[in-house]
Amino acid sequence: MIDWGWLAAHLDAIAYRTGQHLYLAAIAVGVGFAISFVLALVAARQRAFYPPISALAGILYTIPSLALFAALISITGFSVVTAEVPLVMYTLVILVRNIVAGLDGVPADVLEAADGMGHTRRQRLWRVELPLAVPLIVAGLRLATVSTIGLVTITGTISDAFGGLGYFILDGYNRGGFPTEMYAGALPSILLALGADFLFVRAQRRITPWAQARALEATSS
Amino acid sequence: MNLVAETAAWLTNPAQWAGQAGIPNRLLEHVLIASISLAAALLLALPAGLAIGHTGRGAGLAAGVANLGRSLPSLAVIALAIPVTVRIDPVLGGSVLPTLVAMVVLAVPPILVNAYTGVAEVDRDLVEAGRGMGMREREILLGIELPVALPVVLGGVRSAAVQIIATATLGAIFGSGGLGRFLVDGIAQNDDGQVFGGVLLVATLALATEAAIEILQRLARSKGAENAASPASAIAPGPPVLRV
Repeated sequence: MIDWGWLAAHLDAIAYRTGQHLYLAAIAVGVGFAISFVLALVAARQRAFYPPISALAGILYTIPSLALFAALISITGFSVVTAEVPLVMYTLVILVRNIVAGLDGVPADVLEAADGMGHTRRQRLWRVELPLAVPLIVAGLRLATVSTIGLVTITGTISDAFGGLGYFILDGYNRGGFPTEMYAGALPSILLALGADFLFVRAQRRITPWAQARALEATSS
Repeated sequence: MNLVAETAAWLTNPAQWAGQAGIPNRLLEHVLIASISLAAALLLALPAGLAIGHTGRGAGLAAGVANLGRSLPSLAVIALAIPVTVRIDPVLGGSVLPTLVAMVVLAVPPILVNAYTGVAEVDRDLVEAGRGMGMREREILLGIELPVALPVVLGGVRSAAVQIIATATLGAIFGSGGLGRFLVDGIAQNDDGQVFGGVLLVATLALATEAAIEILQRLARSKGAENAASPASAIAPGPPVLRV
């Protein structure tokens, strides 16, 4: 069932697509985090902004990814922008909510203590609130990264130039269902997602040895 | 012609509203395959999740299964299923069956997690009160825990339904029907009107489904809230589950 010859001849291509998969995901999570961080800080300061930001991000999150990629092709063409914009948009809901939840979770007496020590609002945010929000922020990054790694496979529908490992899934199918090639895309993409998940769990434990690595899972799902 | 005009022209063309490749039939296909897989996922995940939440046994295992399921890229699950389903049925196995498998596999985790966390979070005093009144375990689960946990349980169903609709859309890449056909065929034929018409239809179906289940959640909560025991935090909209 597995064509070992094909695999041996395509190791370079698999390595290239794995690298592409990782950088497409990294750009999306990086840009998504930067946008989410700003939005979350705005929402934490001005509470009135939070419901509309959260609702809009939630609506974008509900729209199936294939629809977003398809819609963008007509606007931004077969470019990397078409691949990245939906990927970034899907990270927003996870990251904004987790950062805001992390900031909200700081106990009121801790804030009072910080004020009592003469912290300005900015000092309190950077020295007290954000460090205490780190576990939930990392939990959000974990979900966003794993989810983005899955979504990168679908960027292969834009053109053969994208897709990361998803390229092999689509190409293998289009060759009339060539199992070896489809598996060469599917299995490594699953391993990437699981590997990223594992690394984030390790990071969560290392960053916050005192806290049970409690992801937002239970509270927000 | 600009995009809006092309899309409007496509949507209002009577040819789009009749026949096997028409919008009503594609919508029906989409809803049908989504309903079948949601029913299958509920059958698999709901009893297990409720039992785990009630007894507390197997929570670690369920969390592991759910986390694994959530990490799976949906396209990869379809790809893994195809060579197997093709052996079962050469025609359907290459089109609709692998998508159906993926939809069920990806819908199980959110239903399972929310069913067991919802039940496990129910105020233990309520459960003990039921026990004190001589209720049997089954009666406690169905009469006390499930009603109180219902908004949370429905939250899992909502995530699963959104996930399923997105995966059904992907199925069009692999030759199954549904609204995804307009996206895949529209891109292939370079027909922007069809692509955007498809985008509108798919997005509307997903948002309407989510809104409908959210209304059910609110109805369930207003009843449960009188018991002051339903964890309101779990109702927060927008479930971070793995997205297709």
